[in-house]
Amino acid sequence: MTELITQWLDQHDIFTTTTMLHYWGGLVTTVQLVFLSLVLGLVLALPLAIMRTSRNPLINGPVWLYTYLFRGTPLLIQLYVIYYGIAQVEGIQDTFWWDIFKAPFYPALLAFTLNTAAYTTEIIRGAIIATPQGEIEAAKAYGMSWALRVRRILLPSAARRAVQAYSNEVIFMLHASAIASVVTIVDLTGAARDIYSRFYAPFDAFIAVALIYMALTFSLVYGFKRLEKHLLKHLKPANG
Amino acid sequence: MNKLIVAASCALALAAGSVHAKEWKDIRIAFDVPYEPFEYRTPDGELTGFEVELATAMCAEMEANCEFVEQAWDGMIPGLLARKFDAIMSSMSITPERAERVLFSKAYYNTPGGWFGREGMDVDVTDMAAMKGKIVGVQRGTTMDTYVTENMSGTVTVKRYTTADDMVLDLEGERLDLVFVDYPVGEQTILTRDGFKEVGDTVKLGEGVGVAMRKRDADLAEQVNAALETLKNDGTYDTIMKKYFKYDIKM
Repeated sequence: MTELITQWLDQHDIFTTTTMLHYWGGLVTTVQLVFLSLVLGLVLALPLAIMRTSRNPLINGPVWLYTYLFRGTPLLIQLYVIYYGIAQVEGIQDTFWWDIFKAPFYPALLAFTLNTAAYTTEIIRGAIIATPQGEIEAAKAYGMSWALRVRRILLPSAARRAVQAYSNEVIFMLHASAIASVVTIVDLTGAARDIYSRFYAPFDAFIAVALIYMALTFSLVYGFKRLEKHLLKHLKPANG
Repeated sequence: MNKLIVAASCALALAAGSVHAKEWKDIRIAFDVPYEPFEYRTPDGELTGFEVELATAMCAEMEANCEFVEQAWDGMIPGLLARKFDAIMSSMSITPERAERVLFSKAYYNTPGGWFGREGMDVDVTDMAAMKGKIVGVQRGTTMDTYVTENMSGTVTVKRYTTADDMVLDLEGERLDLVFVDYPVGEQTILTRDGFKEVGDTVKLGEGVGVAMRKRDADLAEQVNAALETLKNDGTYDTIMKKYFKYDIKM
């Protein structure tokens, strides 16, 4: 079977086994990069979003500044600043940090994580603010502590309101990851650029990669549809 | 019937050939100015440079009246095909894609690829055992990229960049051990800074740069090739080259 595919592929000029493996390597890198940054970003965003809803300016202020900075500048600039900025730090090449930041993957992961965490913070904050006052009053009437209220009432209720906006953020993040190729990461776009410059065939190389991104996007959309259905089950009409 | 058509077209082609096989006495040559040191203007407005001087010598050799035309790069091949001029001598690399549209003379120069590294980097770039594990930067899609990808991809880690500036930054930041880049580019962007040097010898790659002409003007190409051949052999070429370059670009 593998041999058959190899033979069939090698008849093409551009889409040979070598280029397909190149695309595959790019796909793996893209998925790793996007998945890791989304998970880390979400973990960061949960406490930040709760801090952001605080009335104390000392808690609220720094988080506001952070989301303002990262949502107010292009991701490409953030990536450049982190990737090239780290290398300019005097003497960093001699510390153990350099083992991590020498490869382009970790600077890119850091930039993507901080960026998506900023957007996710604001998404969750919006959902928390929109919590009906009655739900909180009811929880207070039951004698729930602040922590219990957050865990049992505030976050589950906010998650239901946030999931649609968050699914957009996930898809945007997948598409934004295409800029990783400017710092020499061979992600999907990087692979397409290599193949384009090798065969001078921009159309074939980029159409192929667009189809792969589309397949990824549609599986994400499907996944979130299922999640929404699950989370919003109680809102469905009884005979729907 | 078929034979007759073939015979007739052969006769026609011969006739056409003999009609067109003229001595070229007036030639218009196009340059994209400025592209130092190949073609540029001196402060008092005179057109000069390596290719301009070579073209002047070539015209003298062909005993032709040459007119030099300025043409921006984007319109080079269209302008040639539209007969705005007869030849392009503006550092046009010979590629199969271009050769489908224009007729190239034999190559008359080729800038080599050069290896550059930080001060203290001492490695024999031709020794695969010594190069093992090195991180090498190249510009994506250049002949240097093709060379490293095809000959060294199992030995070194190749990083591909869109611009030379990004690559130099990463060499400076110690993300790269070596870069392999078009020598004039490396000379301008890397050797002008402190702490960098050339590593090993330059490497000649690719098919080089040729004079581009219309496909129908095979007779002109013949004269151009003959003239360039003479210049390369009688020392004129070397004299002009040494005026502009410290290294060998002759082909």
